[in-house]
Amino acid sequence: MAETRRKFLNVLIGGALLGWLGSVLYPVLSFLRPPRLAEANVNSVKAGLASDFAVNSGQIVKFGRTPVMLIRTDTGEFRAFEATCTHLDCIVQYRSDLKHLWCACHNGHYDLQGRNISGPPPRPLAPFTVNVVNDEIIVSKPQPVG
Amino acid sequence: MAARARSKLYAWLHERFDLDPLLTYMRHKRVPVHRQMVWYYLGGVTLFLFAVQIFTGILLLFYYQPGVDSGHESVRFIMDQVSFGWLFRSVHSWAANLMVFFAFLHMFSTFFTRAYRKPRELTWMSGFVLLLLVMGLGFSGYLLPWDELAFFATKVGTDIVGVVPLVGEPLKELLRGGPDVSGATLSRFYAFHVALLPAIFTIILVLHLLFVQRQGMHVPEAVAKLPPSERKEIPFFPNFLLKDALLWLVVLNVLLYLAVFWPAEVGLKADPFSPAPEGIRPEWYFVFMFQTLKLIPGHVVFIEGELLGVLFFAVITVAWLLVPFWEIKARPGRKVRPMVIVGVIALVYIVIMTAAGYLGGLE
Repeated sequence: MAETRRKFLNVLIGGALLGWLGSVLYPVLSFLRPPRLAEANVNSVKAGLASDFAVNSGQIVKFGRTPVMLIRTDTGEFRAFEATCTHLDCIVQYRSDLKHLWCACHNGHYDLQGRNISGPPPRPLAPFTVNVVNDEIIVSKPQPVG
Repeated sequence: MAARARSKLYAWLHERFDLDPLLTYMRHKRVPVHRQMVWYYLGGVTLFLFAVQIFTGILLLFYYQPGVDSGHESVRFIMDQVSFGWLFRSVHSWAANLMVFFAFLHMFSTFFTRAYRKPRELTWMSGFVLLLLVMGLGFSGYLLPWDELAFFATKVGTDIVGVVPLVGEPLKELLRGGPDVSGATLSRFYAFHVALLPAIFTIILVLHLLFVQRQGMHVPEAVAKLPPSERKEIPFFPNFLLKDALLWLVVLNVLLYLAVFWPAEVGLKADPFSPAPEGIRPEWYFVFMFQTLKLIPGHVVFIEGELLGVLFFAVITVAWLLVPFWEIKARPGRKVRPMVIVGVIALVYIVIMTAAGYLGGLE
């Protein structure tokens, strides 16, 4: 009799303790999870004048919160890619000596199509669309196909 | 006069707390004397450097202001305007590096003298956790000046966490305080660096020291085999403690020398919209891991290279933590112990990879 009463009380107290722990941990863990901030939906940004942009060079354009690498190739063509390296989140740069994109963190190389050609990056860089309208460079999100 | 006051104070305390057991313990605590006793000092030096970190860290807190618009500026202010600000920050930075260095030495000396064996398994494990916490303290403190190098080191370091299957992504956001490294990350790293990690560190440190006190110093097997008449010991109080203190004084001098002649630098302020600068590299004690990640190609068979790297180090870390439980015993007649080979491989790997990271080889 006493045994079962003890068992019952142990379960009751143990359960209450677990419940209490949960009621403490849940708000703590929720507090630690950062709230989702609304992000301005950017579809395109202006990136300066095409006539000011040197051939065989690149620069970072702010696309909302995303850094985008805008480059002008040897032939004068504009291209843009997401500037975040697909390996470990560093920001790539344009190497005019190599004429392609390079990430200094772990020596990753990407060609002018954004394809990972050497080093540790596992995936190509996501492309952005570049249009030049009345000498003004406009970088925009690629239109979804189909 | 002073002696009388002291004995009065002693009597006052003794009446209330009964100090006899403590004094008996202190009188009987002894340290074995032998040729390998130099290793006994490494833990003490690490402990001393921790005290230096607490002291200088508290001083820096008086001026440091976390935040994207104030972190970098307040560190510059400490360096340029505050009296001796450069000194305390430089000491803090150098002591951090030395602390990691001595913790590593302490660990390898424990490993090679096989002090981790029964009954000291928990001392080894708590010590290794302390080493990981020191590295965490180094990593989180590194971001606080909010400069370019720290920014990218933190981006890479936290992104690595995200590679882990299932829990990686939520854990990464938990560390960063958002999807990217931002002001939220800085706030969090500040909380890790000045509150959470030091608190956990202190608790585990107390346990680690309690274990050592309870079990006494480990004696190498060769010494333990000697007949009692040939084994020498010295009292811990005051003989060994004074030797310890002398060494701490030497370390403090080295620290000041380093801080004065090579003061800590402040890099360019972090800009989330600029490319990672050339020659970027984490703190030296992460370089061997960094270099490994650099060498693994994008894909190995069917898994991503970075995941492979993370798994590799995770397995090694757990294995190292559990060394006392899987120790490979030497076969009789063999001259070289297998665990010595394991230790040498680990050491050589760390040294070669670190050197490669600095010299730019192996690419």
